[in-house]
Amino acid sequence: MSETGATTPAVDITVPTRPSMHLGSRFLKALCWAAGFVTIGVLLLIIAYILVNGLPEFFSRDEQGTLHFKASLFALKYNSRNLSMLPAILNTLTMTALSLLISVPLGVGGGIYLAEYAKPGSKLVKIIRVTAETLAGIPSIIYALFGMLVFVVTLKMGISMLSGALTLGTMTLPLILRQTEESLLSVPMSYREGSYGLGAGKLRTTVRIVLPVAMPGILAAVLLSIGRISGETAALIFTSGTGTGIAGINDSGRTLAVHLFKLQEEGRAVGASFAVAVVLLIIVVLMNALSSFIAKRLTKKG
Amino acid sequence: MRGLFLASACVCIFAVGVICYFLFANGLPFFAKYSAWDFITGTEWAPLRGIYGILPMIVGSFLVTFGALLLGAPIGVLTAILMARFASSRVVRVMKPAVALLAGIPSVVYGFFGLKLLVPFTRNMLGGNGLSMFVASILLAIMILPTIIQTSEAAINAVPNSYYEGSLAMGATHESSVFRAIVPAAKSGIVSGIVLGIGRAIGETTAILMVAGNQARMPTGILAGVRTLTVNVLLEMGYAADVHRESLIATGVVLFIIVMAINFIFSFINRRRVVQ
Repeated sequence: MSETGATTPAVDITVPTRPSMHLGSRFLKALCWAAGFVTIGVLLLIIAYILVNGLPEFFSRDEQGTLHFKASLFALKYNSRNLSMLPAILNTLTMTALSLLISVPLGVGGGIYLAEYAKPGSKLVKIIRVTAETLAGIPSIIYALFGMLVFVVTLKMGISMLSGALTLGTMTLPLILRQTEESLLSVPMSYREGSYGLGAGKLRTTVRIVLPVAMPGILAAVLLSIGRISGETAALIFTSGTGTGIAGINDSGRTLAVHLFKLQEEGRAVGASFAVAVVLLIIVVLMNALSSFIAKRLTKKG
Repeated sequence: MRGLFLASACVCIFAVGVICYFLFANGLPFFAKYSAWDFITGTEWAPLRGIYGILPMIVGSFLVTFGALLLGAPIGVLTAILMARFASSRVVRVMKPAVALLAGIPSVVYGFFGLKLLVPFTRNMLGGNGLSMFVASILLAIMILPTIIQTSEAAINAVPNSYYEGSLAMGATHESSVFRAIVPAAKSGIVSGIVLGIGRAIGETTAILMVAGNQARMPTGILAGVRTLTVNVLLEMGYAADVHRESLIATGVVLFIIVMAINFIFSFINRRRVVQ
């Protein structure tokens, strides 16, 4: 910018060179960089803190000083001495699978309706959009009350994995619905026209031609949902509860996140808590990485 | 098949209906036994003595959220400006996934981090016992950063380039073009990101419960403990019965109304932006 200043005729000294403004802007720019460093710094601090404190918890030293993997952390049965997280890991998998079994078909189906079948701008579509937005904005503690009142009490499912999964399925539904709709809408019209031109019907076109192209976007949403389900605590404590065993559909069972919360609440086993936090963090990082990898492939294609 | 797709789309409507119905049907009977005015303006929460005043929690929720905004909003908006206009594409390629990761970290992990690092740090450096509004606000600020950054960045990127070029043509520097032409044009998008952050902060439960001390009394200071509406429900629902239980569901109703109001403001700002 200084070169342009140099070539400006001497007549207008007032407009381009107001040093105070430049200084102010420079200062703001520096602030922007500072804010960016804080954002990244905080993330690195959290990850480093959890890893540095948590990773050693997976190992123990014997009398000779050799490191051993602490297999007791992954014993089949939890007790207050081994503090095994294996049941919680398995419960997290069950909870994730059950929740997705509910939210994925509904979300993808709903997304297909919104993108392919609905008349854009119709009243029903508007209502569906508003309610999906509402669902996405409801805090997890309200979902906890909803799950407890509806599934646990009214439908008599009791505190069980099923109650928890139905609650989390409702919670992740808007995410999958919206992402499916957006991914479908970004598929070029010509794909559909080509398919129609070859004589395929609406359903065939949607399922065989459009949906496969939109798949990476939907998959990214599913992975994000997995991250949310495995990280959820508040909505699960009163719906799937805090049972310590490997839970079947009708049993109470704690997921990893609930496990961490309970260990913390009971105020003991700091080491085991850190180890659980490490596993949770790894799950989330993995899901995020996969999701953005898939999303990147999607944008490259587009 | 069309009917099946339509039905699954309508599940959203159904779910919102069921949530509203059950929340209100189970929460409102409480007000037949206890005056709504006393509930909302009462400063004492003593379920054992049948006194249910949630003003401390309402104030607590707003104070913690306000503290989070004070810290999180400037950092978030400035980071968004950095990512949209100053940083090279290589830096952005690192920052985008980092922000997404920040959004993905579970609140229980945030709470754990706060409890193990921020609480002792505060206790040693500033006094008090560390379980405080101060730590809760810092933690919430971190948690709402991704929401604010992502929404603001999208808003800034949506400003037509002609604004920037026009400003440059007037002889302004790159920096002042960004701050005087682009950012003001993206104002409503940035505000809606902040409102979304408020909604997130008010609704946060687990992380706050772990670091805020949770005393059910009017907040006495920034280093003192505080209890929010969300924490009130999570903390006592496990053992509450009868009227006490109903009072907690009623707390949920109040929280629900607050969050809905915030969401309404958000979509109102968004709609006006689209119209513009």
